[in-house]
Amino acid sequence: MNDVIVKSLVVPAHPHPLLIPEQNEGWQRIRDAYDAARKVVEESGADIIIIYSTLWPSIIGHQIQALPDAEWTLVDADFHDVGSIPYKLKIDAEFAETWNKANHARGLDSRTVAYHGFPIDVGSVVALKLLNPNNDIPAVICSSNVYADRAETSVLAKSCLDALAATGKKAVAVSVMSLSNRMFTEPIEPSEDRIHSQKDDEWNQKILELLSQGRLEDVAQLSRTIHNQIRVQKVVTFKPMWWLSAMNDNRNDLSGDVLAYDAIHGAGAGVIILDPTSNGQGDIEYDEDDVEVFAGERGVLSNTEEDETVAQVNDDIVHAASAPKPVGAYPHARREGNLLYLSGIGPRHPEDNSVPGGPIKDGDGNPLDYDIKAQTRAVVENLEIILKEAGSSLEKVIDVTSFLVDMDRDFKGYNEVWAETLGKIGPTRTTLAISALPTPIAVEMKVIAKV
Amino acid sequence: MAKGGVGHNTATGSRCIEDAARIAPDMAKGSIVAGLLAPHPPHLVYAENPEQNEPTSEGGWEQLRWGYERLRESLADVDYDCLVILSPHWQTYVGTHFLGVENFKSLSVDPIFPNLFRFNYDMNIDVELAKAIHDQAQEQGMSVKMMENPDFRVDYGTITSCHMIRPEWDKPIVSISSNRGHSYYSVEVMQEMMLELGRATRKAIEDSGKRCVLIASNSLSHRHFTTESAVPEDMSVEHITSHAMHLWDMRIIELLRAGKSQQVVDEMPEFVEQAIAEADGGALTWMLSAIGMPEQKATLHGYGTIIGTGNAIMEWPCHEWSDS
Repeated sequence: MNDVIVKSLVVPAHPHPLLIPEQNEGWQRIRDAYDAARKVVEESGADIIIIYSTLWPSIIGHQIQALPDAEWTLVDADFHDVGSIPYKLKIDAEFAETWNKANHARGLDSRTVAYHGFPIDVGSVVALKLLNPNNDIPAVICSSNVYADRAETSVLAKSCLDALAATGKKAVAVSVMSLSNRMFTEPIEPSEDRIHSQKDDEWNQKILELLSQGRLEDVAQLSRTIHNQIRVQKVVTFKPMWWLSAMNDNRNDLSGDVLAYDAIHGAGAGVIILDPTSNGQGDIEYDEDDVEVFAGERGVLSNTEEDETVAQVNDDIVHAASAPKPVGAYPHARREGNLLYLSGIGPRHPEDNSVPGGPIKDGDGNPLDYDIKAQTRAVVENLEIILKEAGSSLEKVIDVTSFLVDMDRDFKGYNEVWAETLGKIGPTRTTLAISALPTPIAVEMKVIAKV
Repeated sequence: MAKGGVGHNTATGSRCIEDAARIAPDMAKGSIVAGLLAPHPPHLVYAENPEQNEPTSEGGWEQLRWGYERLRESLADVDYDCLVILSPHWQTYVGTHFLGVENFKSLSVDPIFPNLFRFNYDMNIDVELAKAIHDQAQEQGMSVKMMENPDFRVDYGTITSCHMIRPEWDKPIVSISSNRGHSYYSVEVMQEMMLELGRATRKAIEDSGKRCVLIASNSLSHRHFTTESAVPEDMSVEHITSHAMHLWDMRIIELLRAGKSQQVVDEMPEFVEQAIAEADGGALTWMLSAIGMPEQKATLHGYGTIIGTGNAIMEWPCHEWSDS
C-alpha cells in the first residue's frame, strides 16, 4: 500500500455547478458537495492535485500540462450560454516533467505541453476552480489516451506513483468524469433535469454503492461493462477508474464517501471521496493486467481479431500471434531449410507484457527482488508457443544460447528449470552472462530447432 | 449584399433552382457556388508557415498543399460572399450550433498537436446568414442553438480549412458545429440529421440572396498513427495506415469523381465503420445534401496522407453548372 495518495476523488465535469448552481436543486447539491470536497482537499496535507480528465483526449501517447501559470477564459462547446470561465491555474511544471520522464522509463509514449492558450479541458478547469479556487495546492493535469487499454492506463498511474516517490510529494488524485454520460440531445429547462434513463440511474446507483464501500478495484474491473451499458460511445471509455484504482494499488478496501449524486443535463454527476484508510473489509481480489512497463503498440492498426490469433508465416518469416510481441523490428523466427532460427525470447507474458516473477528493476532503475525460476519457466513457455505456431515443438530444439544478467545470483534457479524442461530434451547449450537486456528481465534464450 | 446568380443543374434537375417564387422580387435568389471537401489537419497550416502560426516548419505534405493551391486557383474567379463550414472539431451533443458573434479574434492551440498549431486568428462571421440557417433548421424540426458568447474559441478545424481555402481571411464565415448524432445513435441517424440540415442550409442561402461556398471539413479514412516522428514534417514516414484504408479512400474518391454522391451517402455506414471515417461528423453528408446530391463529377485537386489518415481536396463547381 502506498502512502503518497492521501485522498482520491471522483468529480463531475460539466460547468453548471460552477456557473449556475442556483438554477437547479441538484446542481446546487453538487456544488455544495464540491465545496465540502474542497475542505477535505485543503485539510489533506497534499502537496499536489493530480487530475486525469476524460475530457482531454489524446492520440499520441499521453500529454501532461506543464505551463506554470495557465491562464485563459474558457467557454464550453455545448453549454456556452451558461457563461465564461476565466481561470488562472498554478501548474507544478517540475512534477509534470518528472512524471513525463517516469512515463518514458516505463515504456510509455508521453510528452509535456507548455503553451500559452493551450485548450485545457472544461472538466479540469471546473474541478480545479471548485476544489482549489485560490491555487493553494499546485496541480498537474494528464490527458486520457483514446487508445490506451487497461494495461497502459495502469502503467501511467504507476509512473505517476514513481514521480511522487521521486519528489517526495503527497497527492490528491482526481478523476474528472461523468458516471453515465448520456445527456439530453435537446435543450431542457433546468427544472426538467433528471438522469437520462432509469437504466442509467440504476447503473449509477450500483457504482455509487461499490464506491461507498471503498471497492474501487471492483468498479475498475466493471469499467468495460459500465461503458457499454451507460456511456455514449465517444472516444474515451470509462477508463478513469483504471487509472484511479492503479493510483491506489488496485485496492478494494478503501473508505468511500458519496457526497452527492444528481443529474447534469441527463448525465450522472457524483462527488465521491475515497480515503486510503482500510475499511476493514479486506482486499478482495485483483486479477488482471497488472503490468509494470508498457511494451507494445496499442493494436489500433491491427486488421482483425482473426488475424491476431494465427501465426503469420510468410515464406521464411514467422510472427507468432500468441507470443509476446518483439520489442523491436524483428520477427519471432526465420525458417531456413528444415531449421528454425528464433530471435532471443524473454519471459514477458503474451497477453499483458507483465514479467512473471517480477521485473528486475523499477521505473527509476532501482533493483527489485525477482524470481528467476518463474522467469525461466516463462521463457520456455514462450519458446514453446512460437515453435508450435511455426510448425515445430520444444522437443525439436537442438541448440540453445541463454543470456543471464546476473550469473552469480540466477544460474542455480535457471539451471533447475532447465533440468525440468529443455534439459530432458537434450539440446546443446551455451550460457552467457551479459550486462543488460532491453526490458527489465533477467533471462533470455535463443534457440535453433528442427521443423 | 446579394451578388445574384442562380445555381441550377440542367443535367440532373438538382434542387438548386427550386422555390424561386419564394424569393422577394427585389432580391436575387442566393446560391451555393461551390461545394468543397477540405480536410483540416493542422499539419497543413504548419507546413505553410503563415505569419499567424507560431511554430515554423521545413514544409511537408506538399501533395495536399499543392492540392489546396489548385483549389484556390479554381476559386479565384468565382464570385462569392461567404464561406459556410461544418467542422467535426466543434463537437456538440445538444443540437447543432452556429457561431453568432460578428468577430472572433484569439489564439487557437491544437489540443493534439500543440507543437504544430498555435494560430492567431481574426475572423468575421456572417451572423445574419448563420441565424437564417439556424431558423430554417429549427423550422424543419431540428434542435439548434446560436453560440453568442464572445469568449468562445473557434475550433482549429474551421480555422485550418478556411485558412487553406482563403488565406486572405477576407470573406465572412458561417461556422456550424458537428452534432454527434453518430456517437449518440448511429451513422444512419446522423445522416438523416445532416441531410435535413443540408436542405435547411440550401433553403436559407437561397432566401438570403447570397452566394456561398460550402465546406465539408473532414478527412476520409481516419486511422492514424499513434506516434509522431521527431521531425513532424519528415515525409519519409508518411503513408496510409493500411491497404484497406487506401482502398476505401480510392473508392470514395472514384465515386465522387463519377458523380455518384448518392452512392457515397448510401455506403456511408460501412465507410465510417471500416475506415473510421471522419465523415462520421456529418460534414460530407451535409454538404452533398446542400448542393442537391449532384450527379455532376467532382474535381479532385489533391490526395495525401497526414499521420496516416487519408485526405482528399475536392470541388463541386456548382457555379459552372449554372452556366451550362
